[in-house]
Amino acid sequence: MSASAIIFYLLSAFLLGTGILSVTSAKIFRAAIWLLFSLMGVAGLYFWLDANFIAAVQIAVYVGGIVVLIIFSIFLTQQSGSGMPKPPFVRNIFSLLAVLLGFALTYLLIHQYGFRAGNRKFDMSVARIGTQLLGTDDKGYALPFEVVSILLLAAMIGCIVIAMKTKPGEE
Amino acid sequence: MTSEIPLSHILFVSTALFFIGMYGLFTRRNMIAMLMAVELILNSVNINFIAFNKYLYPDRLDGVAFTIFIITIAAAEAAVAIAIIINLYRSHQSIDVEDTTQMKF
Repeated sequence: MSASAIIFYLLSAFLLGTGILSVTSAKIFRAAIWLLFSLMGVAGLYFWLDANFIAAVQIAVYVGGIVVLIIFSIFLTQQSGSGMPKPPFVRNIFSLLAVLLGFALTYLLIHQYGFRAGNRKFDMSVARIGTQLLGTDDKGYALPFEVVSILLLAAMIGCIVIAMKTKPGEE
Repeated sequence: MTSEIPLSHILFVSTALFFIGMYGLFTRRNMIAMLMAVELILNSVNINFIAFNKYLYPDRLDGVAFTIFIITIAAAEAAVAIAIIINLYRSHQSIDVEDTTQMKF
């Protein structure tokens, strides 16, 4: 087993372990911190897969943006040290059962399909990504790019409108 | 370099991450905790896209483009969800999904 394989298995164990802690931790602030570590593990997996640009985007958007937003909203809506009530025993058992069965079924399908990997070189430079994202030929993604930018603008304006405080005299 | 790890091992990791997120979505009743579970699910899908792009179609970049779009839409989704949660907290003093039953029936 080479160093690359060892790094892959260590990264996978790290991100799965912190992911499990993130959905089972009783205190919500700790769950958010475990989520942060899990997202960092995913970014490490992208680095391992040679997708450097995606890893940088992952760290900037998820770790730097979304987790900070989640932590802010935890502070705004409840005491960070307070624990969440444990789920009822029956619900816990049945969700565990459903999740394990779903995982077994999906992985069985993946295992039996047996993807054959090619041996071509994976070239993912930022210049190629930029040309692909803004290209207007039949392989380009210029139209979805514009649609997504409009969607982002609409979502931001929508957030401001939803979270705006209404004065008591209005409505 | 990475060809010694078969694709199915990476798919194992992403499938496991997906179902960890599903477990969180089933058991948690706090809206912010459920949002965190959704983020885990979206990340597992992104791992899938990058792995398929690298192993099966290395000469194209469609998986990378889709990953960028998914990350963008996840950011918009998290922002809208948190705005709704904060508004809900203002009117109900709680962000537990069991307490918000006005539109249930």
